[in-house]
Amino acid sequence: MKLIIDSNSQNEAFARTVVAAYITRLDPTLEELADVKTAVSEAVTNSILHGYNNGEGEIEIICEIKGQDIMVEITDHGVGIPDIEKAMEPLYTTKPEWERSGMGFAFMEAFMDELEVYSEVGKGTRVKLSKHIGDRT
Amino acid sequence: MIILNQKEQEAIHYEIQQNCLIIYISQDLDHHTVNLLREQSDRLIDAGDIRHIIFDFRENDFMDSSGIGLIMGRYKRVMFRGGKAAVTNVGKEIERIFNLSGLFQIIERYGTPEQAVAGLNAKREK
Repeated sequence: MKLIIDSNSQNEAFARTVVAAYITRLDPTLEELADVKTAVSEAVTNSILHGYNNGEGEIEIICEIKGQDIMVEITDHGVGIPDIEKAMEPLYTTKPEWERSGMGFAFMEAFMDELEVYSEVGKGTRVKLSKHIGDRT
Repeated sequence: MIILNQKEQEAIHYEIQQNCLIIYISQDLDHHTVNLLREQSDRLIDAGDIRHIIFDFRENDFMDSSGIGLIMGRYKRVMFRGGKAAVTNVGKEIERIFNLSGLFQIIERYGTPEQAVAGLNAKREK
């Protein structure tokens, strides 16, 4: 599944709802669904706020299912992250004046099984999220 | 500048009880909603004699880290006038977010907005 959205805060709800709908075939629990929705919301918000600095741009969301595993890739072509390690520190934010909590990456890490971040200054950022669905079995 | 559409206007209700501003959140609390809420709630806090702020989650089951920023920001705003912040009707999904962020260490939790109004004011008199 591939979705391209404009960098606009109104599209955040749309993006996470589409991903949630896409993975329902795996019969996730409500908790798993909430986990994925939150993680997607964090990544898309990061692209809008940080990647494009609230300006114009496109965000690409690719979602794949392999067995009971889901992989979500969220890519922007914005400013990029100069220091990924620093950006991933809980409570660290470059936008305290916008009341950012600095917990975006921490939430992605907490709610997904794996998180990978690739970024190049001036080119953009790609976040890869993956999670196994259905530990109940 | 943020322009609210009809649906967004209707999604958030405010109520003032005694010295408390109660914010009833009935749509996903994400970066988009937070932008709308911040401006409106701060206007109400500054205009009235608001000491405490209460966020009600009865009709809400989604929040991300933007919501944490919003609650912290409003808490800081009332903190300087001796106020506190509370959350009410917190369901399982929202509770996980609060636990993860450590928000319960500074924000009080009550069952209903009415209990919060009473509780926040009772503690102040001690």
